[in-house]
Amino acid sequence: MSDLLKATGLTKHYEVKKGLFGEPDIVRALNGVSFSLEPGKTLAVVGESGCGKSTLARLVTMIEEPTDGELIIDGKPAKPGDKHLRQTVQIVFQNPYGSLNPRQKIGSILEEPLKINMPDDAKTRRKKAEAMMERVGLRPEHYDRYPHMFSGGQRQRIAIARALMLNPKVLVLDEPVSALDLSIQAQVLNLLIDLQQEFGLAYMFISHDLSVVKHIADDVMVMYLGRAIEKGTGEKAFGDPRHPYTKALMSATPIADPNQRRARVKLEGELPSPLNIPAGCAFHPRCPIAEPRCAQDKPELREVDGRLVSCHLA
Amino acid sequence: MTDTSQIVEEDLEHLEETVGPARRGRLSEFWYYFSQNKGAVIGLVVFTIVVLVAVFAPLIAPHNPSIQNRDAFLVPPFWMEGGNSAYVLGTDAVGRDILSRLIFGARFSLFIGLFVVVLAMSVGILVGLIAGYARGWVDTVIMRIMDVILAFPSLLLALVLVAILGPGLLNAMVAIALVLQPHFVRLTRASVMAERTREYVISSRVAGAGVFRLMFITILPNCMAPLIVQATLSFSNAILDAAALGFLGMGAQPPTPEWGTMLAEAREFILRAWWVVTFPGLAILVTVLAINLMGDGMRDALDPRLKKS
Repeated sequence: MSDLLKATGLTKHYEVKKGLFGEPDIVRALNGVSFSLEPGKTLAVVGESGCGKSTLARLVTMIEEPTDGELIIDGKPAKPGDKHLRQTVQIVFQNPYGSLNPRQKIGSILEEPLKINMPDDAKTRRKKAEAMMERVGLRPEHYDRYPHMFSGGQRQRIAIARALMLNPKVLVLDEPVSALDLSIQAQVLNLLIDLQQEFGLAYMFISHDLSVVKHIADDVMVMYLGRAIEKGTGEKAFGDPRHPYTKALMSATPIADPNQRRARVKLEGELPSPLNIPAGCAFHPRCPIAEPRCAQDKPELREVDGRLVSCHLA
Repeated sequence: MTDTSQIVEEDLEHLEETVGPARRGRLSEFWYYFSQNKGAVIGLVVFTIVVLVAVFAPLIAPHNPSIQNRDAFLVPPFWMEGGNSAYVLGTDAVGRDILSRLIFGARFSLFIGLFVVVLAMSVGILVGLIAGYARGWVDTVIMRIMDVILAFPSLLLALVLVAILGPGLLNAMVAIALVLQPHFVRLTRASVMAERTREYVISSRVAGAGVFRLMFITILPNCMAPLIVQATLSFSNAILDAAALGFLGMGAQPPTPEWGTMLAEAREFILRAWWVVTFPGLAILVTVLAINLMGDGMRDALDPRLKKS
C-alpha cells in the first residue's frame, strides 16, 4: 500500500546558548529517524521520557522544521506554509486540560479549523460540528459549554473531535490517554479504534505505556536518545524483542497474573543527556550485554528476523 | 438608586437588541455572573450615577460653575451655621458654587480617566502582544524602552513631558497615558509568554491559524483578566495624576472645574473652610472606589474558570 507519510532521516537539533560569549551547546533531540505511515494503520512510538518522541510529533505536525531529513506527506514534501498539508496532519495532545482554549465554547473550538480553512458559512459549520460531536460521543447541549465544565475524558473527546474537523489523513496522538483514568482510557482508545476504521486514518501513537500500545499498535518503533533502535510489527516487538533495550522495556510492563513471572531485565543508570550522547551505540553504558566494540561502532538499523534492529549483538 | 439600575438594565437590553441574537447569550450570561457580586453592582450603580451626572451636568447644576458670586465667598454647606440653601455644598474662595463645580468636574475626571486608560491600554496591549509573541531582539528592544520609562518616577516624567509639550489638559493626558502604558506592556507580555506555548495555542496553529488570529483571537482573551484590573487601577491613577499636574499648573488650567485642580486651588483654606477641600476629595474617592469594585466584578464575570457550570 502507498505510504501516506514518509519520513527519511528526520533530525532535529536545538541550540542552547551558554552565556553571552560561550559556544552554544547542541541538544540532539532527534537523530535521523525514518518511518512511514499507511492509511488505517497505527505506528506506535515508544520510549522513555526525553527520547525524542514529542519532538518527532512536533516535526510531523509541522510545528517545527527539521534540521535535516525529509518529510513527505501525501506525496508532497512538507512545508510549514502549505495549508493543504496542514489539514492532512492533526494532533491530539496529552493534557486535555491545557489543549482546549478556556475562553472558547466547545462549538467555537470545533468550528475554528473550519473557519480558518473552509469557505463554509456559519450554518454549515455548526452542522458539521454537531455531527462530529455526536460521532465522538458528546451531547448536542455541550455545544454551548466551556471546556472547564467537562471531565478529562470528555475533554479528550473534544480534542479528538477538533483534530478530525478538517478530515485529516494522519493523526498524531501524543500520549492521548496517559492523563486519563484507567476506565476512561479504554473508552477513549476504543473511540480512537472506531474512528480509525471509519475514516481510514493513519495514527502515529506516541506513548510510554506499553500495555496501551499493545492494544492499539500495528507497528512499533522503539526510540532511544533520538534514534529508532527497533522497528517492526507489534507481534514481533512484543513477542520477541531483539534489542536489549526493548527487552528491558517489555519486561518492565506489569502482567496482571501473579503466576506468570518474567525474568526482569533491569537497566542501570539514567538516560544520558541528549547534550552529550555516548559514542558508538548510544545505549552501551546501560546495556547488560555490551561488548567493547559497542563503545566504538555505531550500529545501524539492520534487518533481523523480519524487523529492524540497531544492535551488533541482536 | 432603583431608577438608575433600571436604566442600566434598559441600556443592556437595548444593547442586546442592536448587536443581534448571536451576542445576546454572551451578554446576558455576563450580566448574570456580574450581578452575583453585590460590590460590583454597587460600583456599577455609583459609576452610572457619576456618568449620568456628567452627561446631564448643564441640566442638574444649580449654578454656572465659572460664575463668581461676590457676596458669597466661602459660604459653608447649607446645614451649617451661616449656610445658604442656594449653595448646597457651599462656595469656594471666589464665590463659585462647589456643587455645580463638582457636577461639571465629573465630566473632566471621567474623560481624563477614560482617555488615558483607552490610550495606554490599547497601545500597551499591542506593544506587549508583539513583544511577548515575537520574543528575540524585538522583545529585548521593546522591554528596554519600557524599563527606561519605568525607571523614572511617573509624575516627574509626566511633568517633563508636559513641560516639553506645553501645559494643558490634553497634553497632560497624553503624558499620563505614556507613563502608565509600560505597566500594560509588561502585564500583557508576561501573560502572552505564559500562554503562547500552551497546547491550545499549538492546536490552533496546527489547524492553520495565522499570526494575527493566534495573537488577537486565541491568546489575547486569555490575558485579559489582569489587564482589566490594571485598567481600573490606572483609571484612578490617571485621575489622581491629572489632579497632581493640575496642582502644579501643568494640567487643567483654571477656571476649569476639574476635581484635582479644585483641590489644588483650595489648599490655602483647608483649615478655615474644610468643605472646599473635602467635597472634591470625596468625589474622587467615591468615583475611584466604584470603578475598582466594578473592575473586580468584571474580572470575575469575564473569567470562565470562576464560573459555576
